[in-house]
Amino acid sequence: MAATTGTTAPSQGEDSVPGSARARKKPRRSYSVGRSAVPYLLVLPALLMELLIHLVPMVVGVVMSFKELTQFYIRNWGAAPWKGLGNYRVAVDFNGAIGHALLHSFLITCAFTVLAVGFSWLLGTTAAILMQDAFRGRGFLRALFMTPYALPIYASVIIWAFMLQHDNGLVNHVLHDQLHLSDKPAFWLIGNNSFVSLVVVSVWRNWPFALLVIMAGMQNIPDELYEASAIDGAGIWQQIRRITMPSLRPINQVLVLVLFLWTFNDFNVPYVLFGQSAPPAGDLISIHIYQASFLTWNFGSGSAMSVLLLLFLLVVTTVYLAFTSLRGRRTSNA
Amino acid sequence: MRRITAAIAAITAITTLAGCGGGTATGNGGNKAPKTLTYWASNQGKSLDDDKQKLTPELQKFEKQTGIHVKLEVVGWPDLLNRVLTAASSGQGPDVLNIGNTWSASLQATGALMPFDDKAFTAIGGKDRFVASALGSTGAAGKPPAAVPLYSLAYGLYYNKKLFKDAGIAGPPATWADLVADGKKLSTGGKHGLAIEGANNAENIHHAYIFAKQHNGDFFDAAGNPTFTSPGAVAGVKQYIDFIASDKITAPGNAEYAQNQSLQDFATGKAGMLLWQAAGVQLAQRGMKPEDWGVAPVPVQSGTPGQGANVDTMVAGINLAVFKNTQNQDGALKFVKFMTSDEEQKILNGKYGSIPAVTSAQSDPQFSNPEQAVLRQGLAKSAVALPQVPKESQFEDLVGTALKDLFADAAAGKPVTTESVQKRLEKAQQQMTG
Repeated sequence: MAATTGTTAPSQGEDSVPGSARARKKPRRSYSVGRSAVPYLLVLPALLMELLIHLVPMVVGVVMSFKELTQFYIRNWGAAPWKGLGNYRVAVDFNGAIGHALLHSFLITCAFTVLAVGFSWLLGTTAAILMQDAFRGRGFLRALFMTPYALPIYASVIIWAFMLQHDNGLVNHVLHDQLHLSDKPAFWLIGNNSFVSLVVVSVWRNWPFALLVIMAGMQNIPDELYEASAIDGAGIWQQIRRITMPSLRPINQVLVLVLFLWTFNDFNVPYVLFGQSAPPAGDLISIHIYQASFLTWNFGSGSAMSVLLLLFLLVVTTVYLAFTSLRGRRTSNA
Repeated sequence: MRRITAAIAAITAITTLAGCGGGTATGNGGNKAPKTLTYWASNQGKSLDDDKQKLTPELQKFEKQTGIHVKLEVVGWPDLLNRVLTAASSGQGPDVLNIGNTWSASLQATGALMPFDDKAFTAIGGKDRFVASALGSTGAAGKPPAAVPLYSLAYGLYYNKKLFKDAGIAGPPATWADLVADGKKLSTGGKHGLAIEGANNAENIHHAYIFAKQHNGDFFDAAGNPTFTSPGAVAGVKQYIDFIASDKITAPGNAEYAQNQSLQDFATGKAGMLLWQAAGVQLAQRGMKPEDWGVAPVPVQSGTPGQGANVDTMVAGINLAVFKNTQNQDGALKFVKFMTSDEEQKILNGKYGSIPAVTSAQSDPQFSNPEQAVLRQGLAKSAVALPQVPKESQFEDLVGTALKDLFADAAAGKPVTTESVQKRLEKAQQQMTG
């Protein structure tokens, strides 16, 4: 701003005195420099805390990943011997048992994330569209749908764990005893069905968040758009495709990213459902890493896996943001 | 702007260094705080609160005697090892703590626990006061123990007298073949022969180890290297999994039990037999009358329980350790002496239904009831300590998970063969590191 005023001021009026213009310019510039530092000073404390709370443990974690940090050194981990890239080599050696297990867990987590985020988003969007128009009981339904998100995570997931029990669980009672959908009661917490359990509980837990965000986004779509399109003869599907979805694009961009990161890193749901050792079909990466470091006391190896996970998430996030922003810009230019 | 960037860079560098410094915890304790102690007790009773109620009067007695106030925290089993590890890595922990005795060697390797050398043993009244088999589970051989035994436990075979009578079984089985035969007789009308805790790593490990020993196998060789796929270990694990897989004397649903549901099933008569450590008190809490159950030694392959291939229980129990970083080492040793005194051993083990870890307290008549007599006999004659090697906790996790997976296969009706057991154990062994 200061620069613009400086260059345009003399050319603006012939009758203005150059001297007075310069006199006015000088204090103004120093004032604006001072002012430009203010925002930085204001965020500085937050920035320092951010460094302290987030960055330092991350750096420490990265340092740990290059060390052979087993139970022999946890008391004085500065003394743990350097292992170079050894921990990483073991983690990405997919022919070895540890690398193979990590790859398996990674693929399970990818499949789980795609399904869980997909269903959460679909449910959230559907419910938000259905509840867009005011009707009797809308407030009650909104509150009801929000409940899973408001419950303490441990309490709600442990209730799921009870419901999913083989012998006395509600799920088997309904599916097997009441509806006779299977010849014998299924296992939901061990074996291959544990993957289904994970997806269901995760969607149950996260879709209210999608609903909340999309409902908020819809408040910003002007009613006139719908009215105008209705006059032009657009049906409900066309309205959703041509008005609602494009207007929600920036909201969805963030929502899907946040859901992806939360779901991919989810520790609570598998830990509460399966305990310390998850069944192979429900072996999500966060719990796998926990098992590879905390339970086997190999913190260097666990750190290396965490760093690999961090890198993967960084790459995915960057590509996703670049891709969606590019597409967003293209559609808005078109 | 450049100055700000530089400042941030400098601060990052400094805080990073500080972060590195924070990881070291090499203090060796002392006596700076002689008036207080923090005690982490493991969960031995029905609930954390139950433990608090049982321990508090004893701690008050200790305070009266010594003037040292003990701050008690009861830590649940799922958290205890994590809490101990966090304490070890940060140097901030309790003064005295309970550990599962199978962790002794692993925790000993961290160096976070005070070694009980001759001097320390003299301070608490001497090493020979303790039961020999219990002392065998306090750390690696040839090193000063990392802890002393506090409560001793052993496995017994609990059986439901009424169900046995109804099925026409005269007495408890002495061999596994008999147990399977009896189990088949009991498995009718929704009831089953034997209840097991198929998704509980610790329980699985204990049984797998005894079964392996009975097949002349082991999970570690003399040098402390894993031998998970040795024929004895594989045969032992398979025999245990077969209760669900081929013998079908255990309900498939037990494969997902990890919260003492097997104890509940036995107490409510859904299963006729249970392998457990000092179950008496817990059965009473679940409403089963003492006259309704009996206890016998855990079966063997043939013959009678003894040493070698006829061991039938592990040396189970809780050890008492002193944190090396304690600021009240003298007080901590006084507390250990108090807790292992004859009087407290009688009171506490009486409350928990366990066996005293000191010989002189064992002679008290309350430990001669039929249950305690069987467990005491097992501990003295036919018990074996779990491997006292630093990798023990890794073994518990990896092999425990393998057994959970194998039980899941068996419960789903997938075949469990010697090859499939061996393959799964091989995978576990390959994941052993360090």
